[in-house]
Amino acid sequence: MIDESVLDRTLHAALRGGGDFAEVFAEDRRASSARLDDGKVEELTSGRERGAGIRVVRGETTGFAHTADMSESGLREAADAAAAAARGGEGATNVVGLERRDVAPPHEVRVLPESVEKARKVQVLARADDAARAEGDAIRQASVSYADSRRRILVANSDGLLAEDDQVRTRFFVQTVAVADTGMQTGMEAPGLTVGFELFDDVDPEEVARTSARRALTMLRARPAPTGKLPVVLKKGAGGVLFHEACGHGLEADLVAKDASVFRGRSGEQVASPLVTLVDDGTLTREWGAYAIDDEGAPARNNVLIQDGVLTDYMWDLIRARKEGRQQSGNGRRETYQHLPMVRMTNTYLLSGTDEPDEIVRQTPYGIYCAQLGGGQVNTATGDFVFGMTEAYLIENGEITEPVRAANLIGNGPETLRRVDAVGNDFGTWPGTCGKFGQGVPVSAGQPTLRVSELTIGGTAGE
Amino acid sequence: MSDAPDLSELARRVAGAARSGEEVEAYVVRSRETEVRVFDGEVESLSMAGVEGVGVRVISDHRQGFAWAGSLEPTVVDETLDEARDNAAFGEPDEWYGLPAPADFDTVIPAPLDVWRESLLAVPPDDKVDIALEVERATRGADARVRGVESAGYGDTAVEAAVASSLGVTSTSRRTMCSCSSFAMAGDGDETQTGYGFSAGRAFNDLDAADAASTAAERAVRLLGATKPRTQRLPVILDPLVTRSLLAILGSALGGEAVLKSRSMFVGREGEQVAAPGVTLRDDPTRPDALGAASHDSEGVPTRPVDLIAGGVLRGYLHNTYTGRRSGSATTGSAVRGGYKSTPGVGARALFLEPGSLGPDEIYASVPSALYVQSVSGLHSGTNPVSGDFSVGAEGLMVRDGFFAEPVREVTIASTLQRILLDVGEIGADLTWLPGGGAGMTLLVTQMTMSGA
Repeated sequence: MIDESVLDRTLHAALRGGGDFAEVFAEDRRASSARLDDGKVEELTSGRERGAGIRVVRGETTGFAHTADMSESGLREAADAAAAAARGGEGATNVVGLERRDVAPPHEVRVLPESVEKARKVQVLARADDAARAEGDAIRQASVSYADSRRRILVANSDGLLAEDDQVRTRFFVQTVAVADTGMQTGMEAPGLTVGFELFDDVDPEEVARTSARRALTMLRARPAPTGKLPVVLKKGAGGVLFHEACGHGLEADLVAKDASVFRGRSGEQVASPLVTLVDDGTLTREWGAYAIDDEGAPARNNVLIQDGVLTDYMWDLIRARKEGRQQSGNGRRETYQHLPMVRMTNTYLLSGTDEPDEIVRQTPYGIYCAQLGGGQVNTATGDFVFGMTEAYLIENGEITEPVRAANLIGNGPETLRRVDAVGNDFGTWPGTCGKFGQGVPVSAGQPTLRVSELTIGGTAGE
Repeated sequence: MSDAPDLSELARRVAGAARSGEEVEAYVVRSRETEVRVFDGEVESLSMAGVEGVGVRVISDHRQGFAWAGSLEPTVVDETLDEARDNAAFGEPDEWYGLPAPADFDTVIPAPLDVWRESLLAVPPDDKVDIALEVERATRGADARVRGVESAGYGDTAVEAAVASSLGVTSTSRRTMCSCSSFAMAGDGDETQTGYGFSAGRAFNDLDAADAASTAAERAVRLLGATKPRTQRLPVILDPLVTRSLLAILGSALGGEAVLKSRSMFVGREGEQVAAPGVTLRDDPTRPDALGAASHDSEGVPTRPVDLIAGGVLRGYLHNTYTGRRSGSATTGSAVRGGYKSTPGVGARALFLEPGSLGPDEIYASVPSALYVQSVSGLHSGTNPVSGDFSVGAEGLMVRDGFFAEPVREVTIASTLQRILLDVGEIGADLTWLPGGGAGMTLLVTQMTMSGA
């Protein structure tokens, strides 16, 4: 993407006025998407952007500037701006000669998006639309979209690191609206993997559409959810996002350092039920949050965060790891070259246990079975969270009975971890976009079917 | 970027390349941004950047294609037009696709807005760093119970954009905006509560760091000791920030796109009483005091005030050119874009409720007891604009006899959007324009379900 000698000169320029560390991050991204709505393919969109972000670190301060001009003079201008922002103090750090440290990709991408004819991308939309509408007359609308991206990145820094990665992702969304005299309900299903068009070797567009449509139809029959504290069984994959939000964020070293995490200073302590082992694994093949290197050039790793309920480690980016004199954990990510990296999750999941999923339900006299969660929000400083359930059922006498309408799950991250009292032997994941300080990155979250002994349900049924 | 081409000229050049039978629109944008983040009395990061890009829409044979690029280099811009043209071949025909023509809005005079402050561009980075450090320092100093600041900083942006189409529509716009903000963490033993405060404006000297800091500290400290109350139905008073978020959800449900696609609870309800008689909901991007003010929308159409609900009666919807034509009416100048990477959607820029006569204190005193909601979480997942189901996490304080009483946490407030609109009891006189577009004010909803312990 950029000549090695140009990188070398740019890094020297960035540190000319002093500083502890300098880095060039370059990115070339192409994306295309297609959307079908209201029975019609609306339009195909495609785009491209490339540019470089340069940062200079001095003490506690980071100067950052970015440019879409990847010529040597463009890079030089950004380097000067970043250096000026981190100015002050004396003495320049040497730039170590660049050495390639590429990492083998976690898996092979077989069908690059740009090699696929646009007409084929459009075809999968129509197949899904037909399948969704075939589920019943109550399905009034289907919105289907396809999105792919190819992101090539290069990282070079004053420690001598030079690494590149080529990240390809493909995702498929089907949202349906069902209408009956009980009102309107929506269903959503959106699988995505870090692969090319071969996504559709594993993901059948019709099946995705049927799942989405059935979800909307089910919710039409739903009655108001109860309110109050109840046991909640989270279906495999459905609750991963809850652990991502309510526990994962609190294990990010930047938030820990700022005392904005309930897990600060708790390393080595029992913070969760002994049934809980939580990992963040950027190497998890094909998953939505997988890559070879993070956006600071560090190899992705499988990091155990909580082992049998004991807090073992946090997640680290370059800045925090340097400060603590330890290794990076491959969690330094940024949305685009226009953003500074920070600690981010990759694929975060709870490891499977030994219980039969059916048995977990059978041993729950009364509670909620949550089959899909929508978005959520967490206050990492307090651990308090709220999630919307988009598909949920009552459990009565150990059986899943009626669907219940959209309601919130409210709780506290650490409390929820302690209240996990059954963990299934199955496993499922969920792809999504994680937002933090205004930057979105692709992540996945996963978990086996499990039960939390008590969560607050914010339903609308009478008191 | 001093040698960058004139945006309007560039957009007109792309539009001028339209072939016979083709409509071409170019949206060209350039922005400059500064962001300062501070932590513990030190500058954590200072970022300075310029971004520019182009989005091109091509319509031919009633098919639409779109392409974008994060560059204004002439060769890249030409490639983007070619790509949009190629993409247009794969869409399905839709008779309502089309760009606005000058005749569509010849009776609307664009508002003479001046929302650009050249002075912001001349502010030295050191002053921006200083105000960020100041807001953090003032937050810590505001109250002994503030034990930290989760994040504090300063940000500004100066955006210039131009639209040109082969039908002869051209518009240019530019605006500046800056803000400073702080997230206070208040602690008492094991408990931590957070509070947000900010100050925003168009020019640097509009900012009030002390006010942002004291608001953040006050909002965090007053939640200390929060407990879960028992589940009950009660009057709920929404903080202006919460009211704004609620209005934003209503605004998107009143967008032509949501309505045409039956993704709105307001479908087919024009002329009906959908809210309490005192409720008038309007989007007015021509108001100079609104931070989202704009004289033209993202398709180059002049904006104008649009009444959505008047006296509780649903009057109409927001439209861009496409949704206006397809629904048998016309654009309301409400096309919005998320940047150069997307085609125009529909949205409000300056949505507000016509304010009432009571101030916040008078509203608190208007009911024997109520829940005051300071902030909500899970608003998007917890709100269904189709069914109207509304169930969100909330934190705030109980209000008794007109005064704040004990704080509450981990509660849910639930109702339906339909019910909330009909249950509006008082609309505060404290209308405040907020970053992100709309305005908020204190709002009394006569009853909602609060689930707690």
